[in-house]
Amino acid sequence: MSATGIGATVRRKEDQRFITGKGHYTADVNRAGQTHACFVRSPHAHARIKGIDATAASKMPGVVAVLTGADLAVDKLGNLICGWMIHSKDGSAMKMAPHPALAQTKACHVGDPVAVVIAETLAQAKDAAEKVQVDYEVLPAVADPAQAQSAGAAQIHEVAPKNTIYQWQLGDKGKTDAAFQSAAHVTKLDIVNNRLVPNAIEPRAAIGEYDSGTGHFTLWNTTQNPHVARLVIAAFIGMAPEHKLRVIAPDVGGGFGSKIFIYPEEVVALWASKRVGRPVKWVAERVESFLSDAHGRDHVTHAEMAFDRDGKVVGLRARTIANLGAYMSTFSSSVPTYLYATLLSGQYNIPNIYCEVDAVYTNTVPVDAYRGAGRPEATFVVERLVEVAARELSIDPAELRKRNFIHQFPHQTPVILAYDAGDYNASLKKALELADYKGFAKRKRESARDGKLRGIGLSAYIEACGLAPSQAAGSLGAGVGLWESAEVRVNPTGSVEVLTGSHSHGQGHETTFAQLVSERLGIAIDNVSIVHGDTDIVQFGMGTYGSRSGAVGMSAIVKALDKVEAKAKKVASHLLEAAEGDIVFKDGKFTVAGTDRSVPWGDVALNAYTAHKFSGQELEPGLKETSFYDPTNFTFPAGCHVCEVEIDPDTGETEIVNWTAVDDFGVLVNPMIVEGQVHGGITQGVGQALLERAIYDKDGQLVTGSFMDYCMPRAHDVPSFKVGVTVTKCPSNPLGIKGCGEAGAIAAPAAVINAITDAIGSEQIAMPATPQAVWTAIQRGNATRKAAE
Amino acid sequence: MPNATFHSVATSVAGWSRRMFLTASATSLAVPLFARTSRAEAMDPQTARAKDPRDPANLALTVNGRKHQLALDARTTLLDALRERLGLTGAKKGCDHGQCGACTVLIDGRRVLSCLTLALVAEGRAVTTIEGLAKPDGTLHPMQQAFIDQDAFQCGYCTPGQILSAVSCVEEGHAANDAEIREYMSGNLCRCAAYPNIVAAIKQTKHSMREG
Repeated sequence: MSATGIGATVRRKEDQRFITGKGHYTADVNRAGQTHACFVRSPHAHARIKGIDATAASKMPGVVAVLTGADLAVDKLGNLICGWMIHSKDGSAMKMAPHPALAQTKACHVGDPVAVVIAETLAQAKDAAEKVQVDYEVLPAVADPAQAQSAGAAQIHEVAPKNTIYQWQLGDKGKTDAAFQSAAHVTKLDIVNNRLVPNAIEPRAAIGEYDSGTGHFTLWNTTQNPHVARLVIAAFIGMAPEHKLRVIAPDVGGGFGSKIFIYPEEVVALWASKRVGRPVKWVAERVESFLSDAHGRDHVTHAEMAFDRDGKVVGLRARTIANLGAYMSTFSSSVPTYLYATLLSGQYNIPNIYCEVDAVYTNTVPVDAYRGAGRPEATFVVERLVEVAARELSIDPAELRKRNFIHQFPHQTPVILAYDAGDYNASLKKALELADYKGFAKRKRESARDGKLRGIGLSAYIEACGLAPSQAAGSLGAGVGLWESAEVRVNPTGSVEVLTGSHSHGQGHETTFAQLVSERLGIAIDNVSIVHGDTDIVQFGMGTYGSRSGAVGMSAIVKALDKVEAKAKKVASHLLEAAEGDIVFKDGKFTVAGTDRSVPWGDVALNAYTAHKFSGQELEPGLKETSFYDPTNFTFPAGCHVCEVEIDPDTGETEIVNWTAVDDFGVLVNPMIVEGQVHGGITQGVGQALLERAIYDKDGQLVTGSFMDYCMPRAHDVPSFKVGVTVTKCPSNPLGIKGCGEAGAIAAPAAVINAITDAIGSEQIAMPATPQAVWTAIQRGNATRKAAE
Repeated sequence: MPNATFHSVATSVAGWSRRMFLTASATSLAVPLFARTSRAEAMDPQTARAKDPRDPANLALTVNGRKHQLALDARTTLLDALRERLGLTGAKKGCDHGQCGACTVLIDGRRVLSCLTLALVAEGRAVTTIEGLAKPDGTLHPMQQAFIDQDAFQCGYCTPGQILSAVSCVEEGHAANDAEIREYMSGNLCRCAAYPNIVAAIKQTKHSMREG
């Protein structure tokens, strides 16, 4: 391993600009002559739009235009779409309702944009937006997914009777039911996976600009996948042909999934820029983020796990209602289906699994992928069931897990996925050692002496990452391929630019991707730059989500480097006057095998461009290669997290006193960056378990619409973490990488709740386990015990 | 009925909006400020009373040691003045409500939320933004270096606010131990959650800052 190669802890190349205030985010971009957009949003969860009167607003100072859904219809712009087809049990296609960028006949959630004011200044746009008169006929609303299908519930879209988008199933119902019938023990749980707001600290933003001279559009956008945004806006919205639309995603301040999707505001900014003939800038206010960024989770589940007499799992069945909100967001349909039910086998050998999922519309913000996307929900179901079962069966939770672990790989689960590699015992064992599991009883006694309740909880999670290969994804309904692209451009001076279709918004790609190139070509890491986030510069790519950039994005770079090396060897063979087959490339030098004759990397790069030593008939000049890489399988990161809590029974306050994470991410490129990803993921998971919940009242008003009433994890909410790794190489990509971005968020909620329920001796606690919820659960438990006495 | 949360959006049709609040506070703040300046139009109390708060107010801002003459709507926040008028986009707008800390800057060495501070308030005082924290020759402030050393950020968006808050946390004497650092940094949200490493960066820096 070189000092800057794969596996080295290299300080991040992108850091300098961020710590000096030179990061360049979309809101930092200003265009000559730009105007500012302010959206008029529905204050009602569900309302017919009877009319919009923009007369007064249009006369306000500085107003350039007021545009509505009717204008959108005049220009025949297409609807926003969901790009993953799911079929119901009866074979019918999912019920995708029209989603115009500006509501045309009905507003379907609080915050649904119904008009936009374009003005010279933002203040003028805001002032005028207050003068737009929208005549609403308020309709009954439904926000609770558990109520959405009931007889009296408000009907949101004509295409979806009973607000049902699909009724999907996975697994063998007959076999699973039979396994339950003959089971020795069945553990049952009702679970609400609480709704979350992603809340990247950078609010979404968009600047649209139209060049009437060339007919070209440019969109600066806070997106995790600029090419996908361009494709959707070109092909489905019909704004511009793909080759006349440039999407630039400059520095992006966190995404966590919420910036994958194509949103109304960016479409409108782009469209309005042509309408008014000037650039249009929009930056979300935080309240708009709460009311328009796709939310996450929001499942209501009943789940059961069946065991034989030996404590072996014989079956798992789950029935889930998934809230997809008012419209189907870009990939929302896939989250509670193929990213959820396929993971219900966890790390365990479960012969029979059956899952039913009803996806429903409600009068809430659309719900889509948020860090983990489906896999945290699945892990929560599996790991809560196992933990509760262990308590019911009086078996140590670690022992029950061990008894059921998968040991043989590859392992075909009954829910599509074939796990390729892993060692679940190893991560459990290491986690228990690091957490001093054996010493817990003593620590619990010490806490009890201080009047505190102490609990410990495990979460042995698995995820399917990499989100590929394309053929498999396509067979499951994906509307896009899930490969990644790379172009490696060698300059005449030997420095290298890598153009990647991945997008970095905190993951450190500018460093990790350069580590790969530095090691492979034997050049200094400072001589490598990673270019991403501009559709005019970078070849088509699929972007960053699902912990895929290492496994898929870097693998594409490997493939392009293979081609670069092959071509460079041809150049070297001319320089060294030797046969191409005799050239060996190592440590940045091309050597004739078995001799001391060599030529350095830089000379080969220069000669590839001067082309003085070979004819154009023999070899094309230049040194630049491209690869589109499609892996052979998903990757399967897995591990074991151990959470230890101490609870004050008088206040219900939970303190996380110890956290151990042992993860198997395959080969690590940069352990420092991986550790940061683990910290971040765990904290978001702790946020879900202890602090965060998007609450809608019965009228569909978002009650938690700001940082004052939506509780985000802060520095004092999390401890420092003990982080360890085990390594089994991933066999399905050339680097052996599995991915690390989502693991913490997937593992953490179950670990926290398992620890709390262990401490209080009651399973009846919903997320977030706020002090009030914990205190109430303790009181309820005390009352039950007293009644029993 | 829409609730109070939604009424705080500027697009709401009724209610006490943030901009109205800023107008009101700017008016009440601006009058004494005009009154204490030596500018001719402010000498006459009649003129000061008649002044429309939307008219540009002249002010001099000293940011990172450089003086800037500006004519600003009196309601302009320091954050907007820095970002939109001076091109200093290091301070970030994460919520515009003083709830996330991304806009943190220093005024006379003390941390303030620039989204809740009117630009007028900073007149005659020394404003330090992230762009002015390193030495003119580019030598990083020890806290900036510690953020790199400890990998104390990921996407970088909250980072300028975190660094300036961290500098103040040490200078205020609130960096005695992990718990105190966490408490005194709890006003700065980081969704990437680099919190453990931010604590480590502050611990790394507190000695060098005192020595330096």
